[in-house]
Amino acid sequence: MIALSDYLVVSAILFGIGVAGLFINRKNVIILLLCIELILLSVSTNFVAFSHFLNDMMGQVFVFFILTVAAAESAIGLAILVVMFRQKKTIDVEEMNSLKG
Amino acid sequence: MVNIETLCLAVVLFPLGAALIAGLLGRYIGVKGAHSVTIFAVSVSFIISLYLSYVLYTGDATSFNFNLYTWGRSAHTDFQVGFLIDRLTVLMMSVVTFVAWVVHIYTVGYMHQDPGYQRFFCYISLFTFGMLTLVMSNNFLQLFFGWEMVGLMSYLLIGFWFNKKTAIVANLKAFIVNRIGDFGFILGIAAVFYCFGTLDYAIVFAQVSNIVSMEQAFTFSANITLPAITFICLALFMGAMGKSAQIPLHVWLPDSMEGPTPISALIHAATMVTAGVFMVARLSPLFEYSDVALNFILVIGSLTCLLMGLVGIVENDIKRIIAYSTLSQLGYMMTAMGVSAYPIGMFHLTTHAFFKALLFLGAGSVILALHHEQDIWKMGGLRRKMPITYITMLIGSLALIGFPLFSGFYSKDLIIEAVKISHLPAAGFAHFVVLGSVFITALYAFRLFFVVFHTKARADKNIITHLHLHVHESPAIIWIPLVLLAIPSLIAGAFLVEPLFQDFFQGAIVMHKLHDGFAVLDRDFKARGGVISMTLHGLRSLPFCLGIAGIFTAWFCYIARPGMAEIIQKRLGFLYRILKAQYGFNLFNQWLLARGMCGLGSLFWRFGDMWLIDGVGVNGLARSIEKFSQTLRRIQTGYLYHYAFVMILGFLCLIAIVIGV
Repeated sequence: MIALSDYLVVSAILFGIGVAGLFINRKNVIILLLCIELILLSVSTNFVAFSHFLNDMMGQVFVFFILTVAAAESAIGLAILVVMFRQKKTIDVEEMNSLKG
Repeated sequence: MVNIETLCLAVVLFPLGAALIAGLLGRYIGVKGAHSVTIFAVSVSFIISLYLSYVLYTGDATSFNFNLYTWGRSAHTDFQVGFLIDRLTVLMMSVVTFVAWVVHIYTVGYMHQDPGYQRFFCYISLFTFGMLTLVMSNNFLQLFFGWEMVGLMSYLLIGFWFNKKTAIVANLKAFIVNRIGDFGFILGIAAVFYCFGTLDYAIVFAQVSNIVSMEQAFTFSANITLPAITFICLALFMGAMGKSAQIPLHVWLPDSMEGPTPISALIHAATMVTAGVFMVARLSPLFEYSDVALNFILVIGSLTCLLMGLVGIVENDIKRIIAYSTLSQLGYMMTAMGVSAYPIGMFHLTTHAFFKALLFLGAGSVILALHHEQDIWKMGGLRRKMPITYITMLIGSLALIGFPLFSGFYSKDLIIEAVKISHLPAAGFAHFVVLGSVFITALYAFRLFFVVFHTKARADKNIITHLHLHVHESPAIIWIPLVLLAIPSLIAGAFLVEPLFQDFFQGAIVMHKLHDGFAVLDRDFKARGGVISMTLHGLRSLPFCLGIAGIFTAWFCYIARPGMAEIIQKRLGFLYRILKAQYGFNLFNQWLLARGMCGLGSLFWRFGDMWLIDGVGVNGLARSIEKFSQTLRRIQTGYLYHYAFVMILGFLCLIAIVIGV
């Protein structure tokens, strides 16, 4: 039997990878989007795990919503990425510093 | 019948309206329109003034006092616009409007073809308005308004020819010196308001004895305490010193001669400069309670009288000589105020207004004939060429020196008498001084007269012959005003002296029982048997002898022995230089006050303004904010992952706090 803690550990590891990816990645904007997906997935995993162990279906319903929103968000993110690429001819994160003060 | 209020309002508003028309619509109504409308307005004011005088001298009412409009309201005090019309006021109104009227007419000739013709008429009409507001006011605030109004018009008119550098400097000087006087004046008004809680004359006059008996006092420091009434009077008199050009605030008047001659006659001889004298007479109920202030007035007045007359002897500019003469005569008036002989001071003010305006306009006629030459040593021998000017100037000069029968005699003789019998500590000194001034007055007046009209033409022969060949009498528009002024200069004294002693001013002027100078004069005058015996007595008195001596000296030095003046000048070189330098008042002002003020201003400017406020304050603040934000902007790297990192970090901190680690 897989314990709740195992799910939570997996989820935490996924979350950690996601966040670390956000910080460490200096190259590609697509990887940023993937990392965000990863973070969302870790959250979803948490939801499913708790839903199962607490016998509450609400959590699993919530995951559907999160997946929907995540899909929409990725679509928008990719669209922005395409527009940005047309503008800047690059998707390099290092180059994206026009907010620099 | 029209009621008094409407009439009073008309007196004031007619010149104002005319000034507005001439000033704003000058371009459309043209030269003729400008002078017609202003002369008409001033004549209306003059006629109404005469009518009001008639009403007051024949009717039962002694005064009209009414408020017309509430100008402002503050806490429990209303600031009113109102008129107080009594015998003192109507006398002054008649004098002002008469002289203004004559000067308006004269100006038509004098300013002929001047590009600022309409502007000039606008100014003098506006001046008349200001002067009438000042005179007719029934409260201190309106008095102050009129006071500043005439000061402003004086400023504008001295600098009328604004292309002339000297005129600009002179009008600035007049304005600044008057500010010093007004500083005291407004302090005095504030003190009146503080003590009495109102600015209305009638209430203040009614309460003054209470204030005095309560011995209210102002404490300036531990050991300087002044009785309130003394402080009020001294502060108010400071205003009078500025406006009436008393030592040491007299310096602006000689320089004001840079303005056109008509305004020298109207403003700087007949009306505005006498406003200070009028103010003291108007406020006699206050001044009567302060012997300190009266003594001060007496000393300042008599000093002005003597010292300024002396400078008149060495001046060479025809207008400046008359200006110094005005200063000296203002000194006489102030002396009369000092010994509480207010009616006599007002009497001298009236006669002086006529003969001094006459002298100025006569001088203007001469100046015009000689194409704006003002140096008396370039004139001479004008007697034949300008007979009317000659005769009127003679009348004016004789009136000025107080020759019996001429108007100046009655007023000046009475002033000297009043000083003689006064009990004030300074009266002895003042009596000596005013007697000396009689001689000096005669000397400078006839020096001017002889040099301009009698001696042969001198100076550069080429210019002079050319000039003098073409000299002729001024046109009628110039000499008619001279004649108009010569008549009152001749007879006003003899006519006014009788009514003067028949309670002329009624309640308008208050004289304390202790200051009985006027009462004694009154008794003497009646005992002697009226005006004729006074005139005859005048022929035997000391002032008459001194006057004759003055004329004789002038005749001797400038006609009989023309070289004499230069010999005396060399012998008394030191004295001459002092007089030429006008006692160094200008030098002192220039060096110590003007330089000192400039230095102080520069210090405040460089240190206070440039360094402290601009440097440390405004720019310093901006600079420090800039530095701070320069440091802060480094945080904004623009890299997405930095922001994400900070966000996560913040989120962790938030969780830590919520969990309570």
